Amino acid sequence: MPEQEKISMQHFNFFYGRNRALQEITLKILSNQIFALLGPARSGKTTLLKSINRLTDLIFEATHTGQIFIDGQDIFAPEVVLPELRRRVGMVFDLPTPLPLSIFDNIAYGPRLKGITQKSRLEGIVEKALKSAVLWTEVKERLSSSALRLSGGQQQRLCIARVLALEPEIILLDEPCSGLDPISTTHIEESLAELKNHYTILLVPHNIQQASRVADRVGFFLSGELIEEGTAEKIFTRPRDKRTEDYISGKFG
Amino acid sequence: MIARISRYHTQKAAKTIIWLGAFSTLAVMVWILWQVLREGVPLLRLGFFLDSPHQMGRTGGIFPTIIGTAVLTAVAILIATPLGVGTAIYLREYTREGKISRMIRFGTDCLSGVPSIIFGLFGFVFFVIFLRMGWSILSGGLTLATMILPTIICTAEEAIKAIPNSFREVSYALGGTRWQTIVKVILPNALPGIFTGVLLGVGRSVGETAAIILTAGSSFLMPTSLFSPVRTMAIHFYILAREGISMEMAYATGAALILLILVINTIANWLLHRYVRKLEGKGHA
Repeated sequence: MPEQEKISMQHFNFFYGRNRALQEITLKILSNQIFALLGPARSGKTTLLKSINRLTDLIFEATHTGQIFIDGQDIFAPEVVLPELRRRVGMVFDLPTPLPLSIFDNIAYGPRLKGITQKSRLEGIVEKALKSAVLWTEVKERLSSSALRLSGGQQQRLCIARVLALEPEIILLDEPCSGLDPISTTHIEESLAELKNHYTILLVPHNIQQASRVADRVGFFLSGELIEEGTAEKIFTRPRDKRTEDYISGKFG
Repeated sequence: MIARISRYHTQKAAKTIIWLGAFSTLAVMVWILWQVLREGVPLLRLGFFLDSPHQMGRTGGIFPTIIGTAVLTAVAILIATPLGVGTAIYLREYTREGKISRMIRFGTDCLSGVPSIIFGLFGFVFFVIFLRMGWSILSGGLTLATMILPTIICTAEEAIKAIPNSFREVSYALGGTRWQTIVKVILPNALPGIFTGVLLGVGRSVGETAAIILTAGSSFLMPTSLFSPVRTMAIHFYILAREGISMEMAYATGAALILLILVINTIANWLLHRYVRKLEGKGHA
């Protein structure tokens, strides 16, 4: 698939009350790539992700200035229907968040909200989503048992499958491997490499090594500012900014 | 060394006080139950549950008062639950802390401290006289509903508050509207807590006298419609004992009332357990 501009942020600022969490972010993200957001804690990475599916709307007293476009369309325009935007932009959180439902019902949650009720259709969607998230063979015998009984790594892949069930265009992954063991992490990284053929992926990686393994492009964030952005190879070998270099070489974090 | 000894003694003293607290609570409860059941249970016959009272309750049974208790409680719960749960949802999901939510909370806090006779007086003036409902199931049920509303609001709000925020985020992130999120995530997970509040309301309704005697009357005839006056078991007990009609029958009624509450609580607990198990998906293992 050809790479083209998928998301474009222009002079985007985000405030929690009076605190500025994002400063003048101007950034283009291409389709069918993995874009990694690198930076220490509280540098605005999660806020940036949640701005793209407007989950930030749930936060009290949060405001923003500037624009975000997806496929050239302003996501803050009044005619945007939020549930539709969020179906296009799926999100996986830093901790596995299965709902207290069966495995099947977790995956079918989004499609059902959309109005799909036909059992055979839901079954097809659930199977396909679980296969894409490399979880199908482990759970196909017990789809009706509780998702809470899965292991942490399985729960996180369930959350990825739950997002895939809606066939989004963009997937936001906020440290999806933070609570996981190395083997589960490898599983998820493998599925990411496969997923990028079909989706645009924004990833807050677990650590710098993960970014270097999976990312096509990398942005380095510090205190809400985008310090620099470029191909993974360039950022990791020839960063322009001293701060990027210090962070990548582990001088602070 | 001194410090160690005194710490040891504080430990011991604290343990004794806490143990005494638990023990006296249990002792008082057992004593009350024992007193009422010892006097009342020997008089319980099947006929006592299925007969109407005769000679003002000196002989006969208590069937109409059982029906009265059940219907009055049902009316109160059916009115108070949707209102209370709706208020709780509004407070937690639709509004932030502000003037209105503070006013509602202040109001419910005040209401829950008001003695039931005041609710009875309000019900009498407003429902019985002003709205011309007379002494009836409806007046009594509405009065009880206003009385148990604060409890239901408060417990439902606590239950909703306890739901992890990640559940909401997930539902919204998967394209859920606010209403879908409430129906599919908030309510099912808050249900056990809401249920506890409703059960407290049932307990208060079943045991209430002052508010009911002023609004539902005390006729022990079988009610025929929502506008009939009724007598509940608690009021029957009160009248039998207070007017010296029959202490034996009073105790028998008291024993029946306690057994009824025991049965309701047992069934409710069983239902709750089953629901929680289903929610956690253990039923499928």
